[in-house]
Amino acid sequence: MSARAPGCDDASVDVEVDSATTEERREVTMPETMRWPGAGRPADEQAVGLARPPLVRRRSGRVVGGVSSGVAEHLGVPVLWVRAVFAALAALGGAGVVAYGLLWITMAPEPADAPQREESSTERMQGIGLAVLGAGLAIAAGSLTGSIGRWVIGPLGAVLVGTAVVWREADEAQRRRWLGSARSGVAGALLGGGGVSAVVRVLGGVGLVVTGIAMFLLSRVDLGAMQAAVVSVLATLVGVAVLTVPWWLRLVRDLNEERRARIRTEERAEIAAHLHDSVLQTLALIQKQPDVPREVLRLARGQERQLRAWLYGPSGYGRRGGDADGGAAGGPSGNLADAVATACGEVEDTFAIKVQQVVVGDCELDERLVALVHAAREAVVNAAKHAGVGEVSVYAEVEPERVQVYVRDRGKGFDPEAVPEDRHGLADSIRGRMERHGGAVRLRTAPGEGTEVQLEMPRSRNGTKNAAKEARA
Amino acid sequence: MSDQDTEGTPETGSRPVRVFLVDDHALFRTGVRAELDHAADTVRVVGEAGSVDEAVAGIAHYRPDVVLLDVHMPDGGGAEVLRRVRPNQPEVVFLALSVSDAAEDVIAVIRAGARGYVTKTISGRELAEAVCRVAEGDAVFSPRLAGFVLDAFADRPGAAPIRDPELDLLTPRERDVLRLLARGYAYKEIASELFISVKTVETHVSSVLRKTQLSNRYELSRWASDRRLV
Repeated sequence: MSARAPGCDDASVDVEVDSATTEERREVTMPETMRWPGAGRPADEQAVGLARPPLVRRRSGRVVGGVSSGVAEHLGVPVLWVRAVFAALAALGGAGVVAYGLLWITMAPEPADAPQREESSTERMQGIGLAVLGAGLAIAAGSLTGSIGRWVIGPLGAVLVGTAVVWREADEAQRRRWLGSARSGVAGALLGGGGVSAVVRVLGGVGLVVTGIAMFLLSRVDLGAMQAAVVSVLATLVGVAVLTVPWWLRLVRDLNEERRARIRTEERAEIAAHLHDSVLQTLALIQKQPDVPREVLRLARGQERQLRAWLYGPSGYGRRGGDADGGAAGGPSGNLADAVATACGEVEDTFAIKVQQVVVGDCELDERLVALVHAAREAVVNAAKHAGVGEVSVYAEVEPERVQVYVRDRGKGFDPEAVPEDRHGLADSIRGRMERHGGAVRLRTAPGEGTEVQLEMPRSRNGTKNAAKEARA
Repeated sequence: MSDQDTEGTPETGSRPVRVFLVDDHALFRTGVRAELDHAADTVRVVGEAGSVDEAVAGIAHYRPDVVLLDVHMPDGGGAEVLRRVRPNQPEVVFLALSVSDAAEDVIAVIRAGARGYVTKTISGRELAEAVCRVAEGDAVFSPRLAGFVLDAFADRPGAAPIRDPELDLLTPRERDVLRLLARGYAYKEIASELFISVKTVETHVSSVLRKTQLSNRYELSRWASDRRLV
């Protein structure tokens, strides 16, 4: 029995769900047809709909809450008219004030990154004047017609102004939160990182509202009952605050959790995108040509270097954040370590060899050091072409007075005396380049013993370009 | 895991160095094992582990001479293995083997007690050599590690004052040896370049290793603390 009952239930539930969904579907489609009443003139409707900006409260050029300017923008009429209408309506028993408040609550504020719109000071003065006029009319009309008692006017005015101030501040807090500068937590949600002035404004507004209510109570209630009323109201407020503590805490936690989750998701997406663009592509390429070892090596090395650069910075290993040459990072022409890494990487890619590079110290590039890096690159290219080995070591060391670079291979080496005159690689690209900039080249090689090219370049005294020529250190 | 037979073939007069592999990538362990098998007369893999816990248990069980240790693993990585094994088995020697070239990783495992550091692109022959070298009590520096140490001990303007000259400064000779290491020279080449014996080169490198592990030079402690290992 109990085993069979769920089956029967399921069947009936299924039917119910079916009918519910069809009903829902009907409900969903209904408003759509209402929104587009005539199939004959959708183009017209659409054009108007697109031309009309959305109904949002404006931030720039607002006087109270930005409702009037938002409405004016939406309807395409001058903002002065809208303000005048609100002021006039305020005379009808305060209807304008109520309408304004309702719109303030229901209209969404415009996005924080919306463009700022200019407003002339006369327009602003008119706005303020109409706001004051509206408030005055509402009060005057109320008192004249007797629809509100005189005793209410003062307190009501204070409450209205106080409420407007607090609401306005809440708008500001939201904008700051959107701009990402706000702290998290309840204080952050209420004040949005606005600082002391925001606290003062909110407290001022709250004070006005409290004063208004107190004035109302004081004028209507005799003091004895008043005390009991105040105590009971305060007790209720404390009770509500205590009861809602878990809710506040959860709100804070949810906010933080949501922010963390968003950051995680973004990071993950970035990593996934990067891996897809680089690593997966390279792996696919490698699978396509498994029988060309040279190409596979080249792809793997190139990919490794790229991934390292992404993970650890351009030089492929640890970031050199604590270096003495603190200002070097932002230099327009880059750093020596990065330049050496780039040059070595290019040769690795071109000649499918491994270039093991180690750089000790770092400094900003100048004209001489650029020449040094070019010469070093040429030396690596020579090794790649002629040494007949798969690995070249590059070692660069930055010293206070000079920079030294060693390019070394364990290949076949050569006899420097026997190099034909028409081979310009070493003579021009390396020796010539170095000597033109005041550097020196030493060569250690012999047939069968590998080759080491030692490059040395004096540093400009203060590291700036085109410093006065200095004597060799 | 391989067999537990600890007797080596006495072809070369001494038993092969017993090696334990720790790496969370099974594929990589297989590759290293295959490469070391070519040097079976000097090096033999006795076991392997894919996690920190497995490694601690396996090292206690097999009592290897040398542990080849991956730097990056879940649950604390190579440094965690070092931290848990060294108090109980100070005789076990660790050689870090990692694909990471970041100064933080390299310096961190060295300061946690590894006798050397080589990168995973090293050839099988060189790896076997490095294993034998650390087994004999010497240090093994890859060119890049030598570069990091030179960097850390460099005399820059504005560097923190030297507290212990014994530990915080390199001798000129140690500096020369490190420079040549960073330039890609082998120990034998360094010896002939500096007109000293290979044994002296080894002494200098071991001394540099000790300073790297114990010195309070700012760069060293900063790199290590970036991995929370000090």
